[in-house]
Amino acid sequence: MRSGKVIKSKIYFGGTWVIAAITLAVLIIIIGFVLVKGLPHISWEFLSQEPSNMGREGGIFSVIIGTLLCTLLAVLIATPIGVAGAVHFNEYAKEGRLVAVIRFFTEILAGIPSIIFGLFGFAFFVVALGMGWSILACGLTLAIMILPTIVRSTEEALKTVPMSYREGSLALGSTKWHTIVAVVLPCCRSGILTGVILGLGRAIGETAAVMLTVGGALNMPTSLMDSTRTMALHLYTLANEGISDEKTYATAALLIILVLLINTAADLISRKAMKDS
Amino acid sequence: MKFSEKLVEKIIFACAAVSAASVALITIFIFGRGLPILAKVGPVAFITGGNWSPGNEVYGILPLIAGSISVTLGALIIGVPLGISCAVFLAEVLGKRQAKFFQSAIELLAGIPSVVYGFFGLIILVPALRKLTHAIHADSGATGFSILAGAIILAIMILPTIVSMSTNAINAVPLKYREASLAMGADKRETITKVILPAAKSGIFSSAVLGMGRAIGETMAVMMVTGNVASLPTGIMSPVATMTGTIAMEMSYATPTHQQALFAIGIVLFIIIMILNGSAQLIMKKLGGGTESA
Repeated sequence: MRSGKVIKSKIYFGGTWVIAAITLAVLIIIIGFVLVKGLPHISWEFLSQEPSNMGREGGIFSVIIGTLLCTLLAVLIATPIGVAGAVHFNEYAKEGRLVAVIRFFTEILAGIPSIIFGLFGFAFFVVALGMGWSILACGLTLAIMILPTIVRSTEEALKTVPMSYREGSLALGSTKWHTIVAVVLPCCRSGILTGVILGLGRAIGETAAVMLTVGGALNMPTSLMDSTRTMALHLYTLANEGISDEKTYATAALLIILVLLINTAADLISRKAMKDS
Repeated sequence: MKFSEKLVEKIIFACAAVSAASVALITIFIFGRGLPILAKVGPVAFITGGNWSPGNEVYGILPLIAGSISVTLGALIIGVPLGISCAVFLAEVLGKRQAKFFQSAIELLAGIPSVVYGFFGLIILVPALRKLTHAIHADSGATGFSILAGAIILAIMILPTIVSMSTNAINAVPLKYREASLAMGADKRETITKVILPAAKSGIFSSAVLGMGRAIGETMAVMMVTGNVASLPTGIMSPVATMTGTIAMEMSYATPTHQQALFAIGIVLFIIIMILNGSAQLIMKKLGGGTESA
């Protein structure tokens, strides 16, 4: 009886151990495979030359620029709006029906799949507002997509600022807005930064929403109204059309390195923020 | 209050309302573009129609719904047991430091872009499945692009959601439950399977529902490995087209009516996701126990 229990227990915990090991192995295999296959093909030429022959030859310089423009535009638009929105929820909003409704919709926005954002971006920015397939349309679509991430992490950070800071500032005669700008927000720098970086990571990896809003041109963009191609979209096109194994692996490796760097940075900053508070 | 303060307050409120306004705009534009064809074909015929053939202007999305559901269910069947098991390992077996390390590793999985998963699936998983089916049935025409390939890739993608939410739910079970169970003579395994997991079930269940929402809405990884054949699947090695994959694949060359039909698929998808996410929230609220920190 007793030994039966011990054996069952051993099998059970052994099982969880094996499954956890498999999960870790999958992670290592995916990242390792892409890096091992791709890193040898990443060279200065690959990074600095423009693609030619549909991406079969040359590098991905214009794609890197396109990625930067789309994602930075998204972050630049979403950050002020997201931070201000979080300030509203945490500092100004009184519990009421309107606030509850807005909060509810913010939650909903976070759950909408990226292909729906793509459809919306296409119907609204590309067609209805006449932007065409462009960096602008793509950046705006991505901005809406990453908005909830920035609102959420800013709000979390605002919650950790002690009430006494606000009271102290108000007692000294500051206005509410001045208190927020000069006292509360500076305390939340790391939290806000974490949200922004996570949003950036999400925007860089996004493909479906980008595909329907940015077009996919390989030329070097000259204005925000130009069509372009992001690295994620470039990877999809190369892989799906079997254009060039070498360039596909290299693009995938570069994308993974970027995303890993971004997420590690977010992780470090949020840990530092936790220590500070 | 000074005028400038009031103005600032208004601006800040406007920023908070942007999310809500976006949801409203998204709804209006998706429904606005998709409803005409739904009205023309009839919503029932659209959803239950077994033939998706845009070239002949025949729009029935049953094969696409079947594709999405089969891939998603497959992902849950593979991903949920794995995820719960990882969560038990994290919360009950590992020490605090090791658990942190493991959790960061799982979060890395969450950060990998879906197109990279799709690429990995396309290069490794699909050929492997093709070889496997040919080894079993020499004359099998299976290409490897299949429900199974989609389900495996999606299972990996939803794992982080399930692991982290389930771990939180397990950690939130009050210590006294555990103590009472151990005091009754149950060993650690019995305590976990008979006391802790049942107590954490609402958190675990809602993690599965959220994972389901994520799986059904996932686009790139799925469309790269499922083969995109819009016909009713006959087995797990059948190629399928999903709702998301069809929208993404066909949008670039769709005629105006065809585009409307793709937006109508968007409506169906939107409603399904809303129901799933809404129920996950409700479950968390209603069943309560095991999700609040004790």
